[in-house]
Amino acid sequence: MITSQLPALQVILPLAAAPLCVILHHRTLAWVIALLVSIFSFCISCALFNQVLSENTITYAMGGWVAPWGIEYYIDKLTAYMLLIINGVAVLVLLGARRSIENEIASDRIYLFYTTFLLNLTGLLGVITTGDAFNLFVFIEIASLSSYAMISLGKDKRSLYAAFKYLIFGTIGASFILISVGLLYVVTGTLNIVDLSEKLLIADNRATITTAFVFFVVGIGIKAAIFPLHLWLPDAYTYSPSIVSTFLAGTTTKVFIYVLIRFVYSLFGYEFSFFVESFHYVLMVSACAAILYGSYLAIKQDSLKRTLAYSSIAQIGYMFLGISLITELGLMSSLIHIFNHAFIKVGLFLAVTAIIYSYNTDSIEKIAGLAKTSPFVFLLFIISGLSLIGVPLTSGFISKWYLIKASLEADYWILVFIIVISSVLAIIYIGRIIEAAYFKVSDKQTATVDLDKKIPYLLFVSLVFISCINIYFGIETTLNVDMASQIANELINK
Amino acid sequence: MNSQLLISASLLLPILGILFISLARKNANLREISTLIVSMALIYVVYSLLPDVLNGIYPELYLFDVTSNLVIHFQVEPLGMVFACVASFLWLINSIYSIGYMRANKYKNQTRFYIYFALAIASTIGIAFSANLFTLFIFYEFLTLSTYPLVTHKETEEVKRSGRVYLGILLATSICLFLPAIIWTYQLTGSIHFTPGGVFDKYEDPVIILCLLLIFVYGIGKAALMPVHRWLPSAMVAPTPVSALLHAVAVVKAGVFSVVKIIIYIFSPSLLSNTIDVNVLLYLSGATILVASIIALRSDNLKRRLAYSTISQLSYVILATALLVPISIMGAVLHIVAHAFGKITLFFAAGAIYTTTKKTKVSQLNGIGKSMPWTMLAFAIGSLSMIGIPPTAGFLSKWFILQGALDIEAWFAVSIIVISTLLNAAYFLPIVYVAFFRNSEIQRDRVYHEAPFPIVFTVFSTACITIILFFFPDIPLQLAKLLIGENI
Repeated sequence: MITSQLPALQVILPLAAAPLCVILHHRTLAWVIALLVSIFSFCISCALFNQVLSENTITYAMGGWVAPWGIEYYIDKLTAYMLLIINGVAVLVLLGARRSIENEIASDRIYLFYTTFLLNLTGLLGVITTGDAFNLFVFIEIASLSSYAMISLGKDKRSLYAAFKYLIFGTIGASFILISVGLLYVVTGTLNIVDLSEKLLIADNRATITTAFVFFVVGIGIKAAIFPLHLWLPDAYTYSPSIVSTFLAGTTTKVFIYVLIRFVYSLFGYEFSFFVESFHYVLMVSACAAILYGSYLAIKQDSLKRTLAYSSIAQIGYMFLGISLITELGLMSSLIHIFNHAFIKVGLFLAVTAIIYSYNTDSIEKIAGLAKTSPFVFLLFIISGLSLIGVPLTSGFISKWYLIKASLEADYWILVFIIVISSVLAIIYIGRIIEAAYFKVSDKQTATVDLDKKIPYLLFVSLVFISCINIYFGIETTLNVDMASQIANELINK
Repeated sequence: MNSQLLISASLLLPILGILFISLARKNANLREISTLIVSMALIYVVYSLLPDVLNGIYPELYLFDVTSNLVIHFQVEPLGMVFACVASFLWLINSIYSIGYMRANKYKNQTRFYIYFALAIASTIGIAFSANLFTLFIFYEFLTLSTYPLVTHKETEEVKRSGRVYLGILLATSICLFLPAIIWTYQLTGSIHFTPGGVFDKYEDPVIILCLLLIFVYGIGKAALMPVHRWLPSAMVAPTPVSALLHAVAVVKAGVFSVVKIIIYIFSPSLLSNTIDVNVLLYLSGATILVASIIALRSDNLKRRLAYSTISQLSYVILATALLVPISIMGAVLHIVAHAFGKITLFFAAGAIYTTTKKTKVSQLNGIGKSMPWTMLAFAIGSLSMIGIPPTAGFLSKWFILQGALDIEAWFAVSIIVISTLLNAAYFLPIVYVAFFRNSEIQRDRVYHEAPFPIVFTVFSTACITIILFFFPDIPLQLAKLLIGENI
């Protein structure tokens, strides 16, 4: 039966398609393949989502080797939820990617872009689906190496430096995760996450486990770009090709936050992480710092992409903040925000992609008055922007509502204060861009639009889609809020 | 028609108007006619809800759940009815005025002006009819955003700066204070529905209640309680019809309306009078009344003087509600109506003066009454209503407020009202006096004539209504009685 093979297909499909792009060596075909694969992959994740709703968990023994010896793919609600987000983002990004990629990547390398993109997708999906700690590390490496390659594909020379910087940071992070997994293996003799969690309870070598925990947290902190381990992120988002920034902003950091949640709740265990190690205080302080620091620096930038990059740092702070409250509501608010922010940020970055495509500029000063020449792009930018700020009836409001509610419930007054301050800062940095586009007088040279440089049709379609998603999930929230609440409930009360 | 349909119609009509206006953007006459027709239809719809409400039936419209407990829900209760009636009625009058004003002053982008105006009215009706804090908050934010393009209509640098203050203060207060207060209320009580008798348990910690009350009052920046009043003088850079309807009626009234509604339906007066010392709110609003009046006295720019007068009048409503006595709350409701008609008359007159003479300063108005007698007569009537001299509506509301204050021997409130009445007289009567009884030094000033007909007509009609309301205050009074009857 094909349905029982879905967990494996989810990962293998993009993995198998990646070499195909290299063999065909054709830029448009590569795009078609990548898009088709992502659509299939999205359908698979929908099927898995449905299956999980009725069956709760699906396990799949890779190659027929039963866990804990073989590699097991473990799909529960959290997994299915994340798969849906990542695949959804991949489809939307690829849909609008073609023309922008042709514009920003040298034409003989375009097929390579789609190859690395598919590998990156494989890595991310693998990290989510696998139930094996070492296999998880392998997928992290696949995802990371391919993203370094994607970033360096840009025509801008600075992208090489950004990729190198990310490579150094990312490798340190991955090594730390590997060390952590190694230490856990030493203590328990197993790599299966479910098995590990049981054996850790009775293991008596507490010092080693603590060491493993610390290595893990620092490693994942680098990968997920939590303040102060975020230094690679602004450059990587700014200098890579716009489509790459879009995809990275929507997926990578969220997957690593998923890994954190998975390890903290399912592997190390909730009591150990929070009560023994008091991990949440560290998390809370750095989350608050990230929120304020990211929002503040976002105001100071001139580059559109850099503004959004710093805003991402702040938004990652929100996700960590929810987790650090160690309540069901807090975890739930994080999960909701992971979902909503993925689409908000992709919407903003895609709009910027369209702007860069049409005007070849990334500078807020140079987009002055451009709302008159491309009104729709800026309108769609505003919709996602409002959602980022958290205006009611957009998805961002729902995130913020639950996060503030969770902070109040946990009696952390100061957090409410920080959240609202950062919302105001978000108004300022989004407002600056809107003000420049709508109210500043355009200077003649940038304002002339090339007629062939109008926004590509498919990019426009994908932008409209995302705006609809941003509004839809502000009005009808059964899918993400209910799912998040079930997941949080299961993780905490397990 | 069934009442659910009426509620949705009242929300959708202005939106429909936007469609017509943008379709007719090429033809100015057609565009203005569609505005007028839609505003008349809105009046019809809103007033058809009135009989039900007067009979004690409060129609509801339940739209959808955003998540569990976050519901888009409308209910027409007496207070909202008063507000919606005033706003929809004045939209028509103001549209007539706008036609005269915008054409006479040759403004650009008039289509945009009418579109955002309709959007602002739709938001106002949404605020008036909202049945819970969530719905109220949504429309509150919409109102802020939809009025921003109106404030910055002239698109000059100075206007943009003021627009930034306007948007900044209103958005910042609502996000930093109003929203957390709503969520906190929800956290404490599990409900944000406007419930007769309030949602709070009577054993709730008084300190928390007081904190929440203050956060609400300051979070609703539109109520312009000092020190979050700065946006209102900034908004005066807008064209006069905007200042008249939005910044004397719709936006500011949305602010005090929300405050009154929250005090009555979220906290409930009985809870407040039994558990906490609400005198704090009395002192805050009293101080605002005095300080704003003094600033008004000292400002030479006519619209700025009117803006500060608005700030002080808004605090009257808060002060009256904070007294928590039925009779003064009735006064508060009446004051919302009375001030709306009085202040819009004054703004209309200021706009008429600007249209014909381009004068904006009080010191330039010597002898203006001789060339523009009707306008200045209306201005005089509006001033009398502001001061509270019969036979104007302002007298009635002040009477009720004062009576409430005397009943509970709140001497602070009494003295504030007395002093501020003197101050009101001091900054309005001299204008009337110099307009009629002093001659202008400049010779050519004597040749001015009245403003275009739509302007004079509307100025005069709102002035007449101010007087009519004094003799026939039945409908607002009845609604106010219903409001206090069920809650106190």
